[in-house]
Amino acid sequence: MQLIFFYILAVVAVISALGVIFNRNLVHSALALLVNFCTVAIFYFMLNAQFLGVVQILVYAGAVIVLFLFVVMLLGADLGEQVTNWVTPQTLLAVGLSMILLTVVGSSVFEYPVQGAHGDLTMVAVQQYGQVQLIGAALFTDYLLSFELAGVLLLVGIVGVIWLGRLVPQKVKETKQV
Amino acid sequence: MIDQVPLSHYLLLSAILFTIGAGGVLIRRNVIVILMCVEIMMNAVNLTFVAFSRYLDSATGQIFVFMIMVVAAVEVAIGLALLVELNRHKESTNIDEFNSLKG
Repeated sequence: MQLIFFYILAVVAVISALGVIFNRNLVHSALALLVNFCTVAIFYFMLNAQFLGVVQILVYAGAVIVLFLFVVMLLGADLGEQVTNWVTPQTLLAVGLSMILLTVVGSSVFEYPVQGAHGDLTMVAVQQYGQVQLIGAALFTDYLLSFELAGVLLLVGIVGVIWLGRLVPQKVKETKQV
Repeated sequence: MIDQVPLSHYLLLSAILFTIGAGGVLIRRNVIVILMCVEIMMNAVNLTFVAFSRYLDSATGQIFVFMIMVVAAVEVAIGLALLVELNRHKESTNIDEFNSLKG
């Protein structure tokens, strides 16, 4: 039952990912990307990672897609390339290279068996303490430094975006001189 | 208790999604679509991390995905801000137009 659900969702994910590439309209591409993010979020729920599923919907579907759509509307959807024909030598070369990549990555999936130490995020622990509590405990003990660094990175990102989005200094100087 | 979908299915699906993203970066020349394809690739890698985290009962994979999400959000914001800035200089979002570092 879960396997059938997985296959249906996988087909939706692949088709929406292809839709991002092969849509001429940028808004349609962004909406296809939204479908792709939502299917990945459902995969997280199926993999018993509810916290990440919610974060995926909040961050990607909520923030990133809105940012993409905002920029598309700001710059205009008709800018950039005008695709008239998909079957060009460049496209065929890119598809060939992608197929080679898929063969290499896909064969490595079956070649190497999964091994490693099992952690403490077992089903019993999740039912006893809850998903979020276990991840939060790991985040604020073993991974505290990376958590703090993530905050610093977000701050740097905010400052950088504001600096990039400012008015051009030349124009400011000109108005001051006048 | 391991659920019914084998781990290799998830790994293969994320390999396919990663390949689609990589192919999109090669095929399309619009910077916005290229950024979207980079996001698809990041999501594919995240799916691998979560699948391993599920099948090894480890919280580490999910923490990794959390950090990747932070970096991805910052990356999209910075990338789109750069694109808006570039668009002020050249009235285009085609990556072939951006061939000069100076002005």
